[in-house]
Amino acid sequence: MRLGRVVGTVVATRKDPRLEGKKLLICRLIEDPEPNRADEASGDDYVVAVDTVSAGFGERILIVQGSSARMAANCQDTPVDAAIVGIVDIVSRD
Amino acid sequence: MFLAKVTGRVVATVKNETLDGRKLLLVRRNHDGKILVALDSVGAGFGEQVYVCRGREASFAFTPQTVPSDATIVGIVDHVDIEPDPDVDVDADIGEAGR
Repeated sequence: MRLGRVVGTVVATRKDPRLEGKKLLICRLIEDPEPNRADEASGDDYVVAVDTVSAGFGERILIVQGSSARMAANCQDTPVDAAIVGIVDIVSRD
Repeated sequence: MFLAKVTGRVVATVKNETLDGRKLLLVRRNHDGKILVALDSVGAGFGEQVYVCRGREASFAFTPQTVPSDATIVGIVDHVDIEPDPDVDVDADIGEAGR
């Protein structure tokens, strides 16, 4: 799983019927998560992920990728390979 | 699977209901230093060397429950024995797990 930040939304009118009603968000993956968000290094990787937790713009979120993403609630049998499964409150490093 | 070191913790109050009660840890991969978030299935803690299973199989650690995980800590490493090879920098590959 990776940490990311929501940087945008995707709107698609024509899509697989199983994706209807699903919110698609553009997320920028975080390379080096830091407790202080200002110090955080964002990578150049972006993914489009299905939202399962009502995440919003600018929030730091947890992304599951690959076939495990389908196991997220309401995603069974949908053509999905990335899902947002959590909104991150705190990252602590030792 | 790969070896990694637990370097931190992630707290998320709002999360997919299938992740309720699961511990999320930050791990740093020994071989390339990349940082991932992994679910814990063995009770690992800060600073421990662990091995992590990736991909769909990562969720099998929690069967019969269906848990959406693509990286799960499935073992805590006690030590690693490996035959020395002069052409391979073993320390870079296995990190602090030791030989």
